[in-house]
Order: sequence, then C-alpha cells, then structure tokens
Amino acid sequence: MTLRITVEFSGGAELLCRNVKKHSLTLPKKEETWLIRNLLKWLQENIIKERPELFIQGDTVRPGILVLINDADWELMGELDYEIQENDRVIFISTLHGG
Amino acid sequence: MQAQIMSAEEFKLELSKKDAEIERLHKMLLIHEEKSNIQIISHQIEDAKPKEEIKHLTKEDVGRYSRQLILPEFGVQGQIKLKNSAVLIVGAGGLGCPAAIYLAAAGIGRIGVVDYDEVELSNLHRQILHTTDRVGISKSMSIAQSCYRLNPSVDYVPYHLQLDSSNALDIIRNFDIILDATDNVATRYLLNDACVLADKPLVSGSALRFEGQLTVYNCNGGPCYRCLYPRPPPPEAVTNCSEGGVIGVVPGIIGSLQALEAIKIASGLGTSFQQRLLLFDALDGTFRSVKLRGRSKECSVCGESPSVIQLIDYEQFCGSRATDKDHQIKVLDDSSRINVKEYWTMLQERTPHILLDVRPIVEVDICKLPHPAINIPFTAFINNVTESASQIVQEVKDLAQKHQPEASASTINVPVVCVCRRGNDSQLAVEKLQKELAGKGVKVLDIKGGLHSWSKEVDPEFPVY
Repeated sequence: MTLRITVEFSGGAELLCRNVKKHSLTLPKKEETWLIRNLLKWLQENIIKERPELFIQGDTVRPGILVLINDADWELMGELDYEIQENDRVIFISTLHGG
Repeated sequence: MQAQIMSAEEFKLELSKKDAEIERLHKMLLIHEEKSNIQIISHQIEDAKPKEEIKHLTKEDVGRYSRQLILPEFGVQGQIKLKNSAVLIVGAGGLGCPAAIYLAAAGIGRIGVVDYDEVELSNLHRQILHTTDRVGISKSMSIAQSCYRLNPSVDYVPYHLQLDSSNALDIIRNFDIILDATDNVATRYLLNDACVLADKPLVSGSALRFEGQLTVYNCNGGPCYRCLYPRPPPPEAVTNCSEGGVIGVVPGIIGSLQALEAIKIASGLGTSFQQRLLLFDALDGTFRSVKLRGRSKECSVCGESPSVIQLIDYEQFCGSRATDKDHQIKVLDDSSRINVKEYWTMLQERTPHILLDVRPIVEVDICKLPHPAINIPFTAFINNVTESASQIVQEVKDLAQKHQPEASASTINVPVVCVCRRGNDSQLAVEKLQKELAGKGVKVLDIKGGLHSWSKEVDPEFPVY
C-alpha cells in the first residue's frame, strides 16, 4: 500500500526545495512500515533540491530545524522511530532569529 | 545689495530653508527636554532603584486604565500587579517597538529597553516608535521617549549597551519578565541561559520575511530554548532581516503578542504559550499553535545536571556574531580586487570589460551600476559554476572580438568585474570563477565593498539598501 501524507516546510526551510512550502506526497509501497527516519532520507533524495546539508546532518535534521507531526513536537511522538500513518502531516520548521 | 538681485523664487527658497531649520531646532529641543525625564544607562549598571510597592490605584489610574479595569479577569488587582511589575525588552527593533508601546500603554510599572544600536533609515518601515528626525540617536532612548509621550507615569530605563555575558545577569535581575526581541542567535542563547540562571520567564518572539514565531520559555517548569535547540544552527543556515528582508507588520504582530503574554504573566492570568509555539504565516494568512516538548532532563542549562552554570562566550558557541550588522569577509588577495574609484576610472576610460552582478533579481530591480551587466544570482551561480563560467567566457570572447579582432585566445584583455551589494558574495563568486577558468587567460576581479562602497565613495545619490 502506498501512503499519502502532507509534508510542509516553513521558516525558510522551504528555500531548500525551490520555495515550495506544501507538498502532497505519495510514499511508495515498501515491505516494512514507513518511519520518520525513512522519510528524511526519501525527502533528501526526492524533494530537497538545494544544499541538502542544510536539511540533514548525520541521520537526523540539522540543529535549528523543528519537526512537527500532526502539530506536535516530534519528540512527543517518538522522533525518528515514529511510524507514519495515512494522512499524517509532517512539518519542518527552521527557527527564525530576526527581530 | 545682494538682496535686490534675488528673485521672488529665490526668497521663497531661502525662507523654506529657514523654516526647515527652525522646525529641526524645535524637534531637537523637544528631544532634549524629554531626555531630562529619562535617565539613559550606557555602561555598567547602577542598580535601577527599587520601586515602592503600589497598593491602590489613583484617580488618574482609574481613568486611564478604565477599559481594562472593567474586565472581570483583569480588574483592579490585575492593574495593581502590572504597576508593580518590571519588564525588560532586549532589542529595540521591529519586535521591541510594538511590545514596548503596548506595555507602556497598559501601565507596566517599569520598562527597561536594551539596545546598543542607533536608529537608521532602513529601520523605520518596521521599528515604528523611532522617527525620521531621530536617525542617529540611541534606539533604546528613542523607544523610551516615544513611550513616555503615551504614558509618562511608567518608569523607563533605557540601556544603550550590548547585552553580553558580563552584564546580562546584573541587568536581568532588576526585572520580573524578559522579552527576547533580538535579531541574532548568539544573543538568544545568552538571554535564555541568563533567564534560566536568574529564574525569569522569557517571552520570545522572532520574525523574518513573511513569517513570525512566538513562545514562552522557562515559565512554570516549561522548556527553555536549549531544551528545544541543544545545539546552535550552522551559521550559514541563519538569515537576518537585513539579508532576508521582512514585511514590517510581521514583527509588529509578533511584538504585540509578546506584550500581551507579558501582560498576562504580570497580571496573574498566565501565559498560553508555555510549551506551545505559535507560527504566523502572513502569506497564507494563518496562525498555527503547536505543542512543544517539555523541559528536558538532559538540558545543559535547565536540566538535572547542568553543564552551563554560568554565562559562556555565546559568539564562540554559535560561531556567529551577536549583531545583525554587515560582516565583511576577505577571501581574495588584493591583486584580484579593485576599489570603487578604480572601477569608476574604468568606466570613465571606457575600458572594455564584462560586469557580472551576482545579486538576486529583486535587488537588481532596486538599483544597478551605470554599465550593462550580466546578472547571475549568487545561489544560481553556486549551483552551477561550470555553466555560468562558460556563459561568461563566451561574453568575454564576443567582446574581445569586437575590440581586438586580431588577438589570440591566450591574450584576451577583457577582464570580468564582479559586483554585489556589499562585496562578500562577489568575492566568493570571483574565487570560484578563478578556479573554474584557471589557465584560460581570463582576468576576474572583485569590486571591494560592492554597491555600498560605490554609494559611499563615488556616487552619493546611489541608493543604499
């Protein structure tokens, strides 16, 4: 079964994918369940167009990017090991510092 | 005798000049008279004198604050609590201005404002308490003066200094609630740690381009900035308002919300943004409030066994400076650079050259040098150096053909001159181009200091942005 989800980028993180904030995605079928860690890799290969090092460092997002799963901090949801569900909304927010 | 040969038009011009001068003197007088009411603090801290506790409202208070007094949730007790509260605003900019004016209007007892900077023309579209005639004066003083006009019963303490590890705790100790209205990562970590060490709630706002964020740290056992962001972002991932731009209303909205949360905390209503983050997107017209993680036991400053037990060097920690001012880099040696006067001479002498402008298109629309240019925005250039280089070489060859049809490819005498806003990106572009074109006999030069220097040293009428 494929998995339909929404991925959003904001706070400047959208600049890494040609300034497109909202992506309706269909994740391809795979044997095991889709975890956030799989999604990060998939996004890096398929969606991130510019400077991937400003999105991922090691196996997680770079410092200064907050990940939300259905409007909650991913730390509350299991971080990299969260199992993605149909219609989930995952948001990558770059923290702003201007004022 | 000279007066007789002046025409009526000239008299009018002379009069209008004198009128403008008189108006300017009146304004200066006003600023000086107001100054005497507010004591500015510009170096080490004299402890702000403690305020006497207020137990009752005066007739004047009841009249001024009547529309909030009649709110049952707020009432007389809420107002008395506000009057006995002291709020510190760090950053007298796009967030600090709206925050300060609403706090002053609401009747907070004491408002401190910290900023090392002076008012600039490019601040005024968003830093709305400063005025055109105050360009060049201290921002913290300017805010205090504007707020004083709205509500003279508040005690204003402007600090004209850079908040740093040596003074932050001494300043913060005098206040109950701290507003982070700063514009850089290093000061945000500094303020966070200082608020944890001094046990003060930190109402944090930020804004850039069309987006704003708001949350409250270190309040009632909630998380601090480091719980969320244990490690600072890589400096190249950070953009400030002078680089990325900002719509003035966006910090206006976030700064107003910071004032609101401070008022709620001070009056005992409590904040709605402890362990919550508000995301405002002005382009989509959306406000979204999301739940954050709780306080982290492993946090290096507010956790169970903290490693940060006193303030550290935050510029070093973040690898970036505690200001949003221009930072000049130098990656090229002098033989690859010309100054703006030398470029001006090239234009005067009609020296054949290719001008390469590496600014974004939106900036090229604002102003450009008086010579046709190839525009390849820096990000596009970096993403495809080889293709950009071959485009440039083609232009060089075409021009050389026109000017010296007999010359061989090895003696092309048409330099490429690269320009940007301040002379940083242009240096990086020249460095890349030189590597790419090594051995091809094409000279690539950078204009030192970019368009800012052009305006300063060659053409004072040239716009600065």
